[in-house]
Formats: sequence, structure tokens, C-alpha cells
Amino acid sequence: MSHSKSRHHIFSQGIDQYFTDVYNAWQFVLRFFREAFKPPFHFGEIIHQCYEIGCRSLALITLTGFVTGIVFTKQSRPSLAEFGATSWLPSLISIAIVRALASLVTSLICSGKVGSSIGAELGSMKVTEQIEAMEVSAINPFKYLAVTRILATTITVPILGLYCGFVALLGSYFNVHAHEDTSIISFFENGFSSISFLDIYTSIFKSIIFGFTIGVIGCYKGFNASGGTQGVGRAANQAVVLSMFLVFIEEIVIVQVSNWIRYY
Amino acid sequence: MHPSDTNLNNPTPVISIRGLYKSFGDLQVLKGVDLDVFKGENVVVLGRSGTGKSVLIKIIVGLLKPDKGRVNVLGQEVENLSGKELDALRLRVGFSFQNSALYDSMNVRENLEFPLKMNVKNLTKKQINRAVEEVLNAVGLKEKMKQMPADLSGGQRKRIGIARTLILKPEIMLYDEPTSGLDPITSTEINNLINEVRENYNTSSIIITHDLTCAKVTGDRVAMLLEGRFLKMGNFEEVFSTDDEQIKSFFNYNFIT
Ligand SMILES: Nc1ncnc2c1ncn2[C@@H]1O[C@H](COP(=O)(O)OP(=O)(O)OP(=O)(O)O)[C@@H](O)[C@H]1O
Ligand SMILES: [Mg+2]
Repeated sequence: MSHSKSRHHIFSQGIDQYFTDVYNAWQFVLRFFREAFKPPFHFGEIIHQCYEIGCRSLALITLTGFVTGIVFTKQSRPSLAEFGATSWLPSLISIAIVRALASLVTSLICSGKVGSSIGAELGSMKVTEQIEAMEVSAINPFKYLAVTRILATTITVPILGLYCGFVALLGSYFNVHAHEDTSIISFFENGFSSISFLDIYTSIFKSIIFGFTIGVIGCYKGFNASGGTQGVGRAANQAVVLSMFLVFIEEIVIVQVSNWIRYY
Repeated sequence: MHPSDTNLNNPTPVISIRGLYKSFGDLQVLKGVDLDVFKGENVVVLGRSGTGKSVLIKIIVGLLKPDKGRVNVLGQEVENLSGKELDALRLRVGFSFQNSALYDSMNVRENLEFPLKMNVKNLTKKQINRAVEEVLNAVGLKEKMKQMPADLSGGQRKRIGIARTLILKPEIMLYDEPTSGLDPITSTEINNLINEVRENYNTSSIIITHDLTCAKVTGDRVAMLLEGRFLKMGNFEEVFSTDDEQIKSFFNYNFIT
């Protein structure tokens, strides 16, 4: 803000700025929970946003999921073959995909495609006063724009995550089928025997958190864009960087916690 | 219409501002603004770029908070209003933005419908269509119903922006530079539109501009914003038959160039 010059800084200006940013983002999250459960609910807009998010990222997720499945299988085979254990491939791949890859790949793609487009869209609405235009016509822009988009990413990213996992397993199956001549039934039987419900729940839970993060950061950066068209680009860019960063941090934390639950 | 008449017939102002101060950091923008707008009156606010004209009307609708001072709109103190009350007040005040602020993602028709659908429940399709046609007729752009805002000219965008505020039938209109960046003929059309809106919708208005033709044609009273306060207020001739150098330079600049 323009008056940061006159403000007293506890640390250097850059670090202060960073903590202010984190604090403001946290306020944004709290505001989401205050406003999300009060009417009016814009169900139509939520569904519209889910559809938009799905359309925007489906092709890329399909491709990336499929390729991940194939490549991961191909690259793991030699190590297992050394021990004559290629029959473990399906379970190894399933564990990797369900526990980590599916939700992580999906969230990173969505950070890039969805996070940036939310940041850019809301950012341009901010700098061209469209958000203020909503306010003066007695429409709550936070509810209409932010709450709907955050809910949409929170709903859609887990669904896309499940889909991505499925496509990756399919890719892996094609590779395994070509080399080891395994039937699809025994591939999936073998794979699913080694993953528990806890794995699946954790994976879905992670995707929900990631989706929420992507929505919140995209909207937060968009709502706080300033400085014309340059500001719009900056908002989109920062939304991607920050949400990817947070997704990695959350991944580490959730893995730690779910491991405690698993072994104690 | 004579401004003195309107004042006598309607002694209570629809907008009343007293001692308004606003600064951004070290930059003092408004330094003690007083203003009354009476019912049925068009008040023109003149002033150079960056003197805080937009800030002033944003404070009136509660988009910005003043540092000090009282703002009373339609009998209500803006500062003391709860969220719901502020929304109710905003429905009675139309705000036409400097750059139109049309919703890019919606076509003209959806832009016009949006405030109506979001604020008035249980409207039939027919009622909505009629309201849209009515305001489009009022601004004379019926044929543009299906276009996207990006495909409109600057003047057309301004008119659609005005139509979008008219659809809620406001009692007060706030125009932020309705003619800036437009050619003289389009400007004249907008000036006429502003006067028509007053006649047909019975509005009281604040019109912000640095266009003296606009000020002369649309304004019952003119107020000159200089260095954060109103330096001079009165009808057009009164304000400009002055010896004050700053006002004179503004006047001369506008008509010479
Ligand atoms: N949100 C804001 N944060 C910081 N400074 C602001 C903000 N809004 C306005 N200002 C500053 O306040 C001053 C007045 O701005 P304002 O937009 O009201 O000018 P204006 O009189 O409308 O000018 P113009 O005729 O160019 O539209 C400017 O110097 C501007 O930089
Ligand atoms: Mg302005």
C-alpha cells in the first residue's frame, strides 16, 4: 500500500510485507467461513464454476495422468526385475498413485490452470472496478465471486484427483499388460489388495485441502490486484506460485500426520 | 428549472456532507468538504484530475470510509449503517463508473439483468425483459442487446453503464465523468441523456466532470473542487464570473484548448 513508507517496520520491509500477506490471506479464509454458510447461496454459479474448472483442466489431467502411469511403470520395472519381483509392479504402482501421485499431479495442474485463471479473472475485475460495481448494486462480491469459486475448486479438485488416479492406473495397466501379459482383473485385484481405505480417504482429504487452497489463493490474489493490466498478470502469477508452494507444504504435513495415524 | 426554486420547495437535502476529510497515507485528498444536494437537482462537481472527485462519490456510497466528517444520504448516516442497511441504501443510489465497469464476461443483456435478478426475487421472465427493454430504450441502444462489452465503443459502454444503474430505479444518480474521452457529438448525446434521466426517473444527481459544456448543460449548480475543498459553489455564471485565478485558469484552459 502507498502508506507503507511511513509505517514502522519490525523486520525489513520485505519480510514485513510477507507476514502481512500471510495474515491477510488468513483473514480471507476466516471471511470465507463466515460468509459461506449464510444465504443467499449462488448454487447456479457454483455449478457453473465447477463445470468451467473441469473443462479447463480435464484434457491436461487425462494426458498427464496417463503418461505418469506409463512412465512410472516403465521406470520401476528394472529395479523390481533385479529381484525377480515384477509381479509386485501393480501394487507398487497403486500405492504410489493413490497415496501421492494422483492428488499431487492434479493439484499442481489445477494450480497452474485454474489458480492462474481465477487470479487473472478476478484481478481484472478488480482493476476495472467491476467488483466495486457489484458492491454498489448491493451484490456481495465476496459471496458471488470468491465463495462460489472456492467451493467449486474444493469440490472439483478431489473429483479430478480420483479421475487422474484412475487414468494413471489405466496407463500403468497398458504397460504391464504389454510386458507381463497380466489381465485387467488381476492387475486391479493385485493393486487394490495393497491399498487400504485409509489411503483412499487420505488421498481424497488431501485433494479437498489442495482444492480449497487453490481457490482461496486465486481469489485472494485476484481481489487484491492493483496497478492496471500489469497488476492482473502479477496476481495470476503469484496465485500459481503461492498455491503450488502451499500444496507442497500441505502434502508434507498431511503425509506426516497420516503416517502417525497408520502406525500408532 | 431554477436552482433557487428547487431549494425553496425541498428544504431537506437528499445528500448532505459536512466536514469531510480523507487521506491516503501522507496524501491528503479531501480537506473539509461540505455539500448539499437537494431533491430533483443536478449538481456538477468540477475539478482537476486527481483532486479527489471520484473519492468523494465513492465515500457517498460507502465504497471508501472517510477519516472524518458526516455523510448523510436520503436521511441516513452512511457510516452508521449495517451491511444490510447499506445495501438497501445502495439500491436507491445509482453509480455510473468513470470507465463504465461493465462485466466483461456477460453480454449487454446479462449486464442489465444481473443487478435486477440478484436484488429482486421472483421476477418473471416477462418482467425482466420489459425492464431491460425499457432502460435500453432510455439510453437508445436497443440493438446492442446481444453484444459483449468489449465490442462496444466508449460512448456506448458509458450509456450501457448508465442503463445498468437505471434498471434499479434509483432516486439519486452519481455520474463519474460521463463524457470524458468522448467526441463532442457523443458528449452532447450523453448530456441530453443525463437531463432525460432526471425528467423521466425523477433523480437528483451529482455529475463529476472536467468538461465545461457538460457542466453548463446539465448542472443546476456547479461546485469547484480545488485542493481538497469546494472553493466556489453556485450556478454556472456565478462560479465563472470570478476573479479567482485558479478558477479562471480552469475556465480558460477548458475553452481555449
Ligand atoms: N484506493 C486508493 N489508494 C491510494 N490512493 C488513492 C486511492 N484512490 C484514490 N487515491 C488517490 O487520491 C487522489 C484522488 O483520486 P481520484 O480518483 O478521486 O481523482 P479524480 O479527481 O477522480 O481524478 P480524475 O479526474 O483523473 O478521475 C489521487 O491522487 C489518487 O492517487
Ligand atoms: Mg475520477
